Amino acid sequence: MGERYEIRLAGTGGQGMILAGIILAEAAILDGKNVTQTQSYGPEARGGASRSEVVLCDEEIDYPKVIQADVLLCMSQEACDSYFHDLKQHGLLIVDSDNVERTPTSRALGVPLARWAEEATGRQITASVVALGFLTGLTGIISRASMEAAVKARAPKGTAEINLKALAMGFEQAERFLKSRRG
Amino acid sequence: MVVKKQERESLVHERYLRHQKKFPHVWCAGCGIGIVMGAIVRAVDAVGLSNDEVAMISGIGCSGRMPVYVDFNTMHTTHGRALAFATGLKMVKPEMKVIVVMGDGDALAIGGNHFIHAARRNIGLTAVIINNYIYGMTGGQYSPTTPTHAYASTAPYGNIEQPFPICQLAQAAGAAFVARSTVYHARELSRFIAQAIQKEGFSVVEAVSYCHTTYGRINKLGSAVEMMRRLKEDSVSQQAWEKLPEEEKEGKIVRGVLVDRDIPEYTRLYDQIIAQAQRAAAG
Amino acid sequence: MAYRLMQGDEACAEGAIAAGCRFFAGYPITPATDISEVLARRLPQVGGKFIQMEDEIASMAAVIGASVGGAKAMTATSGPGFSLMQENIGYAAMAEIPCVVVDVQRAGPSTGLPTNPSQGDVMQARWGTHGDHPIIVLSPSSVRETFDLTVRAFNMAEKYRTPVILLMDEMIGHLREKVELPPPEKIEIVERVSTSVPPEWYKAYENTPSDVPPMISFGEGYRYHITGLFHDERGFPTQRLDEIDPWIARVFRKIERNLRDILIYETELVEDAEVVVIAYGATARSARHAVKQARQRGDRVGFLRLSTIWPFPERKVEEVAERIHSVIVPEMNLGQLALEVERVVGRRKVIRVCKANGEMVEPREILEAIEGAGRWL
Repeated sequence: MGERYEIRLAGTGGQGMILAGIILAEAAILDGKNVTQTQSYGPEARGGASRSEVVLCDEEIDYPKVIQADVLLCMSQEACDSYFHDLKQHGLLIVDSDNVERTPTSRALGVPLARWAEEATGRQITASVVALGFLTGLTGIISRASMEAAVKARAPKGTAEINLKALAMGFEQAERFLKSRRG
Repeated sequence: MVVKKQERESLVHERYLRHQKKFPHVWCAGCGIGIVMGAIVRAVDAVGLSNDEVAMISGIGCSGRMPVYVDFNTMHTTHGRALAFATGLKMVKPEMKVIVVMGDGDALAIGGNHFIHAARRNIGLTAVIINNYIYGMTGGQYSPTTPTHAYASTAPYGNIEQPFPICQLAQAAGAAFVARSTVYHARELSRFIAQAIQKEGFSVVEAVSYCHTTYGRINKLGSAVEMMRRLKEDSVSQQAWEKLPEEEKEGKIVRGVLVDRDIPEYTRLYDQIIAQAQRAAAG
Repeated sequence: MAYRLMQGDEACAEGAIAAGCRFFAGYPITPATDISEVLARRLPQVGGKFIQMEDEIASMAAVIGASVGGAKAMTATSGPGFSLMQENIGYAAMAEIPCVVVDVQRAGPSTGLPTNPSQGDVMQARWGTHGDHPIIVLSPSSVRETFDLTVRAFNMAEKYRTPVILLMDEMIGHLREKVELPPPEKIEIVERVSTSVPPEWYKAYENTPSDVPPMISFGEGYRYHITGLFHDERGFPTQRLDEIDPWIARVFRKIERNLRDILIYETELVEDAEVVVIAYGATARSARHAVKQARQRGDRVGFLRLSTIWPFPERKVEEVAERIHSVIVPEMNLGQLALEVERVVGRRKVIRVCKANGEMVEPREILEAIEGAGRWL
């Protein structure tokens, strides 16, 4: 069996977690990877816990859901509390520090996603796209070109530009973070 | 060529009824349902339709058996669902004349939802509802049109429910054409059905009939002949009804074309959807 | 054709279009609504027709009416709607009307968990209507297979004049994965059997040598009768035993004699296996994962994945079970298909891995069952 790479995006309904998963998955296909994307949500169209999962692999993917996440993104406190337990031991936990007060581990990487979004586009709703840029910039699991193409293709009509800005902000912050670690 | 009236009648019978081993029919002697069947085939003949372009769809009950006897494309479906089956057929064969024959229980109780929604869509079906105020085939249980206080095998102390007014229901739900007549007024009934078949849109004809075997017996209303006579005495044309003093209007069966309006027909509208979708897909 | 990300429900809708489906009637219900939404947009583009009916009973009825009018027709629903459709599915079986019914299973009974997967309708798909009749039920375990089996469902429905049920589950219906669809010229499409006999000779329910009588659409000059009552060869109601018994025998025969075409399954690593996992639908994904892991560990485990679950592929299961000591049947129900496995494997141990709470059976749980099967020896 090939190496699986598992990403879980968790938040509340309406934050764009499912669309973010779809964008990741489509970008992965552009990179030539096999991919599955699943989701779990309650009956609410807005609010309520919402999570989206993406599994990447060079080989055929059998079990389509996350077994133990390599990356966990939490955009809400509830998501963080519920999903932390099946993160891999050395997995990456990214939390939106604007929405998550209590982090379950000191390894958690708290970043102000909502604020960055506000800064880049003036719209908090783009925080999920900022998160995608940050996450892929940090891990390098998907190429920046593919991410940009996928965002462009999936952005609602007339919003491609601001979503690309949000994505760029995520990548920028990832670079800055990596530099600060190295430096 | 002018065909004499007598000859024409026998031709209608030759042309539209099935001959292979289908008669005698299952209905009770004296029932009005055969008159409705006659009115339908005469209407088809008057409109000048060939057998092939007509479909008759029915549900369950005494009326459900009618399609067996007529030489059209015929389908005897499940209880209450005839209009829904007919909707599917009409959508893929919009050029066909689809006549849906139902009883009051079939159309308004178990099939009530399909009835109002077929009317709301204004899909080009002709619904002929034979109203005999009772479930006849199962032995005289009260139906959605059984009058309040009447008796039925399941209303041994009298019916405490209100009857559905079929025509008003059809009108409110959006039907393009609504008419009512009785099995006593066979020629008028046939004329209304002919108009209904020609109407583009959902058309409803309430054919008021009777069930002497169950309803008549339980409510002591006499023989088929007496019940037929009552249809004659208790019914009145719409024009005459409007002139009646208020106190005499009560309890009358009003005959006539009650609604005739032009509303876009569903399958025609859907053709426009197809054109629109294909234009959009082509760029 | 390029690779793309596609959802199971969407693959079902596209499979239907590819198979020639030109009529769809449905009623909104999670998790099958996506199929309606795609077809509402796609069908008119190809000259087909979509209608949202007032309920699932009407949807099933409209599908039968459309099929009688000559269109390849489909509906899609989930458990609660599937329950409502049963009477008219029985009608389609009795009147031998080709149609495809998609049930994207969600956890139940009743309203259950609308957004969670289940395989709880396995027995309902087989026995949901009253009376005896054969039925074909296919269950896909990937997005690509959903496309393929939807096409096969139409082909079988038309070829054998029967309702065919595509039993999906919420997991597969909402799963998105990388797929490449086959080019149209590579897709085999089957049309219903027609006839050139003159109308007066036509019998809609004739005992033909193939056991599948030709079917002519309404309005084509062949006027005949269709009924849900037992009927004679011309379709008219009958109570004669010499007409009823041949009908019953024929409709079962037309399925049984074509099992080679109808039964779809695949085996992996069964040659030297001591234990075999039998799975279908989304659970087959967990099962395959577990089997591969167990093999890496050195366990002699095989895998039988069923795409056709009814008629139950009993010969194949029997054959696979011959040289093994245990069968593991993971399902998102409390052991529905396991009952069939138990019926045919004789004295082999059948280990059920069951879950009916809206969660998927996880590979770890199947792996534990594989270990347990070894210990039991």
